[in-house]
Amino acid sequence: MATRDTDWDGVRLHVVTGKGGTGKTTVAGALALALASGGKKVLLMEVEGRQGIAQLFDVPPLPYAERRIAVAPASPSGPGIQGGQGGDVYALVADAESALVEYLEMFYSLRHAGTALTKLGVMDFATTIAPGLRDVLLTGKAAEAVRRKDSGRGRAYDAVVMDAPPTGRIGRFLNVTAEVSGLAKVGPIRGHADTVQSVIRSPQTAVHFVTVLEEMPVQETLDGIAELRALDGIRPGGVIVNMARPLALADDELAAAAEGMLDTGQLALGLKAAGLDDVPALTAGLATELCEQAGTALAQDVQLQRLADAGQPCYTLPWIPHGMDLAGLYRLAAALRSQGAA
Amino acid sequence: MTQAPTVLDVDRLIDDRRIRILVCCGSGGVGKTTTAAAIGLRAAERGRRVVVLTVDPARRLAQSMGLTSLDNTPRPVPGVQAGSAGSLHAMMLDMKRTFDEIVEAHADPDRAAQILANPFYQSLSSSFAGTQEYMAMEKLGQLRRAEEWDLIVVDTPPSRSALDFLDAPQRLARFLDGRLLRLLIAPAKVGGRAYMRVLNAGFGVVTGVLTKILGTQVLRDVQTFVSALDTMFGGFRERADYTYQLLRAPGTAFLVVAAPEPDALREASYFVERLDEERMPLAGLILNRVQRPPAAHLSAARSVAAAETLEAGAPAAYPLAIAALRLHAERMQQAAVQRRVAEHFTAAHPLVPVAEVPAQPDDIHDLDGLRRIGEAFAAVNGSE
Repeated sequence: MATRDTDWDGVRLHVVTGKGGTGKTTVAGALALALASGGKKVLLMEVEGRQGIAQLFDVPPLPYAERRIAVAPASPSGPGIQGGQGGDVYALVADAESALVEYLEMFYSLRHAGTALTKLGVMDFATTIAPGLRDVLLTGKAAEAVRRKDSGRGRAYDAVVMDAPPTGRIGRFLNVTAEVSGLAKVGPIRGHADTVQSVIRSPQTAVHFVTVLEEMPVQETLDGIAELRALDGIRPGGVIVNMARPLALADDELAAAAEGMLDTGQLALGLKAAGLDDVPALTAGLATELCEQAGTALAQDVQLQRLADAGQPCYTLPWIPHGMDLAGLYRLAAALRSQGAA
Repeated sequence: MTQAPTVLDVDRLIDDRRIRILVCCGSGGVGKTTTAAAIGLRAAERGRRVVVLTVDPARRLAQSMGLTSLDNTPRPVPGVQAGSAGSLHAMMLDMKRTFDEIVEAHADPDRAAQILANPFYQSLSSSFAGTQEYMAMEKLGQLRRAEEWDLIVVDTPPSRSALDFLDAPQRLARFLDGRLLRLLIAPAKVGGRAYMRVLNAGFGVVTGVLTKILGTQVLRDVQTFVSALDTMFGGFRERADYTYQLLRAPGTAFLVVAAPEPDALREASYFVERLDEERMPLAGLILNRVQRPPAAHLSAARSVAAAETLEAGAPAAYPLAIAALRLHAERMQQAAVQRRVAEHFTAAHPLVPVAEVPAQPDDIHDLDGLRRIGEAFAAVNGSE
């Protein structure tokens, strides 16, 4: 199979974060599809219990188990009419309580302790109240999937994509060692946290930021990148600009439109040539739309420049006007691949 | 056939002097903070003495209200055109400080110092996910008791689920007052002889497992924390209950904030159903970012067709018209998707009044922007 260079060769854990409303889950799904194309096996992991992946891929709610949810497109450069083999995307909805039960079983053979502990409120305590433990368990599950061996193929998964907590919490989420060391200086959880950190603080892991070109999400992205850089060894990855809506206007026209100085005569002529009725009213309405959007587009250019100045690779995903569905998801995956993100 | 929702009359809501607390709920990224600020500003400029309580660590409210810092104390917002009757204050919750103050108020100085220095307390008060909601409720109760304002607008914490605001404080209070913590310090104190044996057996498993998971040192910190907190037991539950009751009292109204997107409206649905179960008063849904193309009489299909006609002729001849038609088609498509999503919500909740706020071309970062949003509330009402 032909391999090609991407910006993230060698990265096996892709952590996808972003401000609420920017399409973090959608982009994580698209990235998983993109990474899986050409015969790869990718695990897409959800950690916030929203069942966002199931809704995105239009499958029934997912359990705490790894399930195949989608087939990735075959690599266009491969042989055969379908261009070689497609890949597989598996999904896992990880919750801290199940991860804790699994952890207890794995390390202490406490197979039946789970139910009893749940009744006594210990699970509640351990997973939601004990600070940091929840994050250790969830990042731990991702690290385990990254490290897992498969007898036949070497590695169980070629890559793991995590739909991670939002930008405001990502530093704390990933920096579990610091969180836990304040609490547990020794003990098994500390040991576990250190193992997790050996994956997260390595070139195998990159943290991608999803944003839209508005001031607040861009600011949070820049803050998030700065926060990660300050955490020794956690690597910020790409910045993925979602829902971009470029305007097909020349620069001077764009600037004029943003000032409200649109050449409405020219617009009216075009509408007339297209055979539309009621040209004066239509011209006025469309001119307003165009001027508004031109203002937005100029403001977006400023935000794009701020992101570019941060020095991380930027990718741009188109806005899908008819609403997000599977077809749209494959389009986004193709866009990520064509830009070298996967 | 689809049914149009009742229009939510925001002005009537904020002019109603009986309403003392407005809680803005919704999932993250739907414009909750902006909505809370815009409502607070509009109410102040209509003569209410308003305080807006925000819990969002991104300090967005601070930016949009021209304040450089919000620090757990209500600060007057400059530039409000409120006349003599109204006023606007804003504050940002400092959850750790609020927690510290509860401890200091309920324990003698020595014990308070002991609790504040405890590593487990420090983690609990600064990073436990439910602490923010609990402290938001606590602060709301304090502001209400202060009687300095006649309207408190609350922007709820940016959690993944709108329901967290209702559930997290009780969860934390249950934990702090709970059997588990008492078990950890003194199993013999709990209950009569009948279930002593069960509890003791349970206790063995519990401490055993917790030691395995967390290590002895963590458990020791927890135990020290709990025994220092012993005098405050009951207090947490009581306070959480007090605020919870406040939310059900007649002077409170909930506004569910959403954007016309499937995820946000699904969360809004859950929340509406939950409020109903709890008999908490829902005022209505604020639907932000609604796409309203000015040239709405030209359909997306006809717009695309017209653009294609021009492109098939001489594409260079009418670039402006082509760009305008393509843009319009996209906006019409988006508007149709939004309408469909909103109709799903209204079909399931026909009685919930809705106020739509048109998508703003620019980011809101000043009082004028907030005022424009407020005017949009009024325009919604005026148009019907």
